[in-house]
Amino acid sequence: MAVGESQIESGSESVAEDDDVEARVGWRYTVAQVKRDTTARWGLYIVSFVLFVAVYALIDSNLSRLTFGHVSNYRFAQLLPIFDHPTHIPPPGEGRAHVPPYFPLAEQSWNPLPAGGTLEHPLGTDRAGRDYFTRIVYGTQVSVFVGLISAFIGLLGGTLIGATAGYYGGRIDDVLMRAVETVYSIPPLILIIVFTVFVGGANIWYAVLGVGITFVPVFARIIRSRVLSIREMDYIEAARAAGVRDRNIILRHVIPNSFAPVLVYATLQIGVTILIVAGLSFLGYGAQPPTPDWGAMLRTAHGYMHSNVWLSIWPGIAIMITIMGFNLFGDGLQDALDPRIND
Amino acid sequence: MSSEPLLRVENLKTQFFTEAGTVRAVDGISFEVREGEIVGLVGESGAGKSVASMSLLRLVEDPGEIVAGEITYKGETIFGLEEGPNGELRERDDVLSNEEIRTRIRGNEIAVIFQDPMESLNPVFTVGGQLREFIELNRGLGEDEAKAEAIDMLREVGIPDPEQRYEEYPHQFSGGMRQRVLIAMALACEPSLIIADEPTTALDVTVEGQILDLVDELQAKYGTSFIWVTHDLGVVAEICDRVNVMYLGEIVEQAAVDDLFYDTKHPYTDALLDSMPRPDRTVDDLEPIEGVMPEAIDPPSGCRFHPRCPHAREVCKRVHPEPKIVAGDGEPHRAACVKHDAFDVGYDESPPLEDRGPTPSGEDSADTDSESGLAPNPTADDGGERRE
Repeated sequence: MAVGESQIESGSESVAEDDDVEARVGWRYTVAQVKRDTTARWGLYIVSFVLFVAVYALIDSNLSRLTFGHVSNYRFAQLLPIFDHPTHIPPPGEGRAHVPPYFPLAEQSWNPLPAGGTLEHPLGTDRAGRDYFTRIVYGTQVSVFVGLISAFIGLLGGTLIGATAGYYGGRIDDVLMRAVETVYSIPPLILIIVFTVFVGGANIWYAVLGVGITFVPVFARIIRSRVLSIREMDYIEAARAAGVRDRNIILRHVIPNSFAPVLVYATLQIGVTILIVAGLSFLGYGAQPPTPDWGAMLRTAHGYMHSNVWLSIWPGIAIMITIMGFNLFGDGLQDALDPRIND
Repeated sequence: MSSEPLLRVENLKTQFFTEAGTVRAVDGISFEVREGEIVGLVGESGAGKSVASMSLLRLVEDPGEIVAGEITYKGETIFGLEEGPNGELRERDDVLSNEEIRTRIRGNEIAVIFQDPMESLNPVFTVGGQLREFIELNRGLGEDEAKAEAIDMLREVGIPDPEQRYEEYPHQFSGGMRQRVLIAMALACEPSLIIADEPTTALDVTVEGQILDLVDELQAKYGTSFIWVTHDLGVVAEICDRVNVMYLGEIVEQAAVDDLFYDTKHPYTDALLDSMPRPDRTVDDLEPIEGVMPEAIDPPSGCRFHPRCPHAREVCKRVHPEPKIVAGDGEPHRAACVKHDAFDVGYDESPPLEDRGPTPSGEDSADTDSESGLAPNPTADDGGERRE
């Protein structure tokens, strides 16, 4: 590892010495820059950690053993019911539940429990006796995928709309951009809530789609402004003169050359989408219980703020770390991809 | 001479409909390109050279439009208008469709080499990849064949170590090397005509020389015709067979290259030659053409060059000359200047222009004032003496 890193370090040195600004593009250079930049590096570490946890939760079905206490054969697929309607989920484990750590439980509606966090349940359990740590871990999965997917929807829609509008200009530009600006003019949270209600009620996928749609305008605007300058380049004209069809010019020449700033913005946006989806879940419009989503967990936990504040704090910390990771990484990536800053 | 030329352009007009008015970028030019020859298209910036060459591929962008004329390539009509039943102009039926132009003409039959080799290659793909894609697209070859062909083409245009260079990105190439790549790309589909839009302007002179040699060599080998758009008469002398000189959207002189240089018939061409350094002539000072080219949105009346022409007389303000044959036994030598007998509009009797007419802008009149002590009212005689 140390050897590999020093090799990359020396590689980045030689790239940095090159005076040709155009040499400062491409993946090798970007990776080298991210490695050099402390902010980006820490962002990358956090994002990698979060992604690792998310993927680990996907693979390790043993985790599910903890989730419902003694109900050991509970399958992961049922645990993450974002594909299922919540009513298909059997009632949570009965009998043996554990008290959350650090605070005694006063409420009598909870099952009588042995006191305190245990080795078996490091963060204690929730009201239904599910291991809180495990739910936080699964929550990573939900949040990360939700964030990635809605940022991707925004990126895809925005890129296609923005590139088409910018490339053709004229009436097509007007129609597309005015449509996009109409979406932009509606407060995002209201838009998403109305959207989810309109398409069929509270469901995390509708929330994800809604969040993705609210991000389309921003991406479309960014990429359009880039395309306006890219389309004047000679290689676009050359492609046209060589008989390349418009669709291929947009996909092969316009978008790849306009993509860097949007990609950075998308990275920054993943954090924001996670936050918004968590907020929606908190409001009850996103993930539904018993999905282990951080926002939904907060919603459940906020009823016990006085009796057991830790139920609220753990998901909060998880959200904070994840979003910080994506933001740091996005910032660092922005610096790395902008050759003018790093002189 | 007798056979049908490869490309014939008749009375081509391309206009841009802007908010400020109609810009007559190309205003009725006619020329032809025969098989295997290099035809120069020369003029100052803004003369309409590039618009004219892009019109040949119907690549004029909004708000521009080809409004008149006929373009015939190998007997096929690239552009042509006819009068409809209601008297309005409409495209003729034999005009190639957009789809045909795109798939058959562009790249396959007529290729373009652009001015700036730094910007004519897509920076995010490898040079070889772009060349290969282009060959695949236009010649319908498989990926491996196209790659082999691409490497061959790179070797052909003198790129050393083409197998390795194939994998490199445009920014790893120098300007001259990139221009070679663009030439390879243009030649890759063995088109019959290549439009070279100032391809050596951005290069330094040594590289320019190499590129011109290369083009000469490849032209001899493949027999490709070229339209060489440039503002550099030196390049024209080096490479072209025939030359069209453009001024403000019009062709003012059209001749074989030697005739143009040694028997110049239009004052504008004369002025261009005087304003550039030439090894075959020693002068104390170069004489730049006074003023700037007027806007094509509101061209001067009569001869468009008259406000800047040292030979201008009263008649030049009134009569708009079309190019006419003024000399040449083999190759017709056309010029659009009323001082030639062919026009017979009374140039010799017409009084010289006393005031230089309305100058295009205040800046120019200031220039004229400052120089007036040195060269008051340049006249026809003045210019005549200098030419001898």
